[in-house]
Amino acid sequence: MAREDTFAEARKHLEGLTDSELEARFWELSGQCVDPMVELARTHTSPSIERSVLMRMGIDSLTCKAVVAECEARGLLGHGAGHVMLLAMRGLGVDAPSAAARLAAGEGWEFAESKWDDGR
Amino acid sequence: MSEQDVHFGRPLSDPPLSPDEKLDVAALLDGLEHYRPRRRGWTWRKRVPNQRAYEFTYHETAEPLERSIPLPAAHYFDNIDPQPDCVITTEIASGRPEDDIRRMRMAAWHGADHLMVIRTAGQSHMDGLLEGTPEGVGGIAITRKQLRFTRRALDLIEEEVGRPVNFHSYVSGVAGPEIAVMFAEEGVNGAHQDPQYNVLYRNINMYRSFVDAAEAKHVMASAGILQIDGAHNANATAIKAWKVMAELLVQHAVNCAFSEAVGMPAELIALSTVPPDAAPAPCMRMDLPYAIALRDLFGRYKMRAQQNTRYMESDGRDATVSHVMNLLISRLTSADIQSTITPDEGRNVPWHYNNVAAVDTAKQSLIGMDGLCEMVKIDRDNPELKARVREVKERAVLFLEAMLEDGGYFAGVEKAYFVDSGEYPETNDDGIGRDSQGGVAAGSIVPRADDYLAPVCHHFGENHLELLAEYGVSPESRACEFIGGCTLCDDSTVPFIDELDPTDNAPLRLMQTAEARERGLITPEVEWAGDGVVVVTMFLPASEQVAEAAALELGREMNLADCEVIHKRVMHPAEGALVELKGRLDATVDLTTLEIPEPPEVLTDEEVREFVHERNVRCVAATVGEDEHSVGMREIIDIKHGGLEKWGFSVTYLGTSVPIEKVLDAAIEHAASAVLISTIITHADVHREMMRKLSDLAEEKGVRGRLLLIAGGTQVTDEIARDSGMDAGFGRRTKGIDVASFIVKTMREREI
Repeated sequence: MAREDTFAEARKHLEGLTDSELEARFWELSGQCVDPMVELARTHTSPSIERSVLMRMGIDSLTCKAVVAECEARGLLGHGAGHVMLLAMRGLGVDAPSAAARLAAGEGWEFAESKWDDGR
Repeated sequence: MSEQDVHFGRPLSDPPLSPDEKLDVAALLDGLEHYRPRRRGWTWRKRVPNQRAYEFTYHETAEPLERSIPLPAAHYFDNIDPQPDCVITTEIASGRPEDDIRRMRMAAWHGADHLMVIRTAGQSHMDGLLEGTPEGVGGIAITRKQLRFTRRALDLIEEEVGRPVNFHSYVSGVAGPEIAVMFAEEGVNGAHQDPQYNVLYRNINMYRSFVDAAEAKHVMASAGILQIDGAHNANATAIKAWKVMAELLVQHAVNCAFSEAVGMPAELIALSTVPPDAAPAPCMRMDLPYAIALRDLFGRYKMRAQQNTRYMESDGRDATVSHVMNLLISRLTSADIQSTITPDEGRNVPWHYNNVAAVDTAKQSLIGMDGLCEMVKIDRDNPELKARVREVKERAVLFLEAMLEDGGYFAGVEKAYFVDSGEYPETNDDGIGRDSQGGVAAGSIVPRADDYLAPVCHHFGENHLELLAEYGVSPESRACEFIGGCTLCDDSTVPFIDELDPTDNAPLRLMQTAEARERGLITPEVEWAGDGVVVVTMFLPASEQVAEAAALELGREMNLADCEVIHKRVMHPAEGALVELKGRLDATVDLTTLEIPEPPEVLTDEEVREFVHERNVRCVAATVGEDEHSVGMREIIDIKHGGLEKWGFSVTYLGTSVPIEKVLDAAIEHAASAVLISTIITHADVHREMMRKLSDLAEEKGVRGRLLLIAGGTQVTDEIARDSGMDAGFGRRTKGIDVASFIVKTMREREI
């Protein structure tokens, strides 16, 4: 919706603020603006975040992509792809790169599946 | 060494660069799987208060470089190359990493210490990482190999120039968190990260963008990577750039507040700010209040001052003037990082020498304005300035109030609050609107379950690390204890993938130019080795349209391929136009066929001046024989051409067509130490004859021993002159200092 410049009227309630009060208001509003977005980020994850977790576990990008795509397909992303990896590492008795390679090859998913049988 | 360096950096060490040798690009691609960068995190220049250089004291400079190329006029000032106190950025991304690093080296020698690589078109929409070194379009494919290779070269370059070089790229798009981890692992020092950029300009789903951004920022902070936001894009996109100032403040605030809330310290947060306007608008009076309002509000963050691109066209001169005005605003307010835009960015992907030109423009301007604001102060009480600073802030507050009233940021984006060409609260209904359920990667975020777990460090948000107890990890341990250390804690666990595409990679491209490198073949280039591109600048006495067509035809006459007019400027509608024509020259020069004369050793200005002053050295000069050429001799003598008079030589110039006898008589009369004769005409070896005659006559008169006899001319060589009885001969391209140095050195040797 197009609107004429209503600045002169719209600013009335700001007129009485000192410069530092105006600046404080600016930051207070900015904080209110980002709060819900920070909360969204705190409580959600994404395929890229999960791949970045696997990367930190020493996994190369191609394997990260395969493992996270499979986690997504199996509805396991919300538990964390790193969590799926931990289960596979323990179950298979191998280190992170080996576990990731096995998961990427379609092996070792039973450990996650048995933990979260409501997975799919 | 900062804390984050402790577990980092076991470099495969390369031999240091030699300034006389080119980078060995192929060798730097070798063994990358073992290369680790030397450090992490951003580095600022070290300021030196009241720094002395030559006869000057500087108030706003940093530690000097060990090796550099100073400004063109530096030879008048003992070749000093003072470095401004702020970091200087240049953007380099030719699409080929193997060409980027050579340009980075050139830029670093001119004073750039923040090298930014732009990404190839489309990478921001790739859900995952690219690998190898495929060629990019309009930028470079950012991959682990490309980063590691570039960082390896920069590690050497920074050692060569004697100052840390910050390496920078983009943590945006749908793979932000992964790119952030890769940047931390590969020693990238700075990055753009602003989820609003994804949302507004890349149409990536807004929820995904912010969720990813939190993780990416958290990782960046862990590695000390400096963040630059993306607000300047609103300026570059807006129809009327002067109307988006309030919105720019809001965009900066959203990214700053979000970044701090997810764990990024204020000192790692930089605002990308640009003076929005350009002449013919009264741009400085419009942009200065904005720059001040911005710094009032965001004083706790760093300022990355960018230059205006919104109104840039193909005219390099026009762009440079705009940028100098931008630099004045930086100096009048503040800049922690001074970014530069190449003067050719309005017409093509930046070329080698334009990166250098932009860096030089920044260095020249900042040094020229050193300490200026101690004498020139902004009048904060000026009514227009005061009112405008306040107004911009109030408009920003009104923007935030309305957006919150409308449901918050996401709702605001849906309602196209941003990049509207009206000055808020005015709106023109032409902002960028995005659907919260739409865009690239819509619907891809997932709520974290009650047992969400990520067993790695520097992970943002809910993470049930207490569950690690099941794996025998005590609560006090690092999150990555069970996996034996994550890549951010243990550098040795970082994996490496080489090339994935056997048909598109740097080693293959290098093979195509290998012969040229090995045999020393020289081809002109602007972007890539061997691209053959040259520019011809010409004035054509014709109307603009005719001139363009004529230029293309002339280009073909010059045997240039793929001719293209890249710039034209009307001088007068009928009288003519300036045209810059780009074309490809399919020619190479074999280095071994070139005869390169040894450069003469010259003395310093001071040394020559001192000797000449002390000894009151006099010279007599003339063009001899039936010869009316005077230009060459004038260049050697006149002070305005940097000739002998510059160092205090007393020169008597007798004119043209002067008989040899008269020259010698004058030399005796003036008690001269040197005689300079110019002889251009060479018909029937008349030039040799004149030299011989001068020498013989001097012997005859018994003055040969106390006179230096010097001949010059286009066909004269030192060899011909000495054969003909002279003490020296000077040919084409001789400068006054060459002759001056010869006179002083010879007088000293012979104790004349």
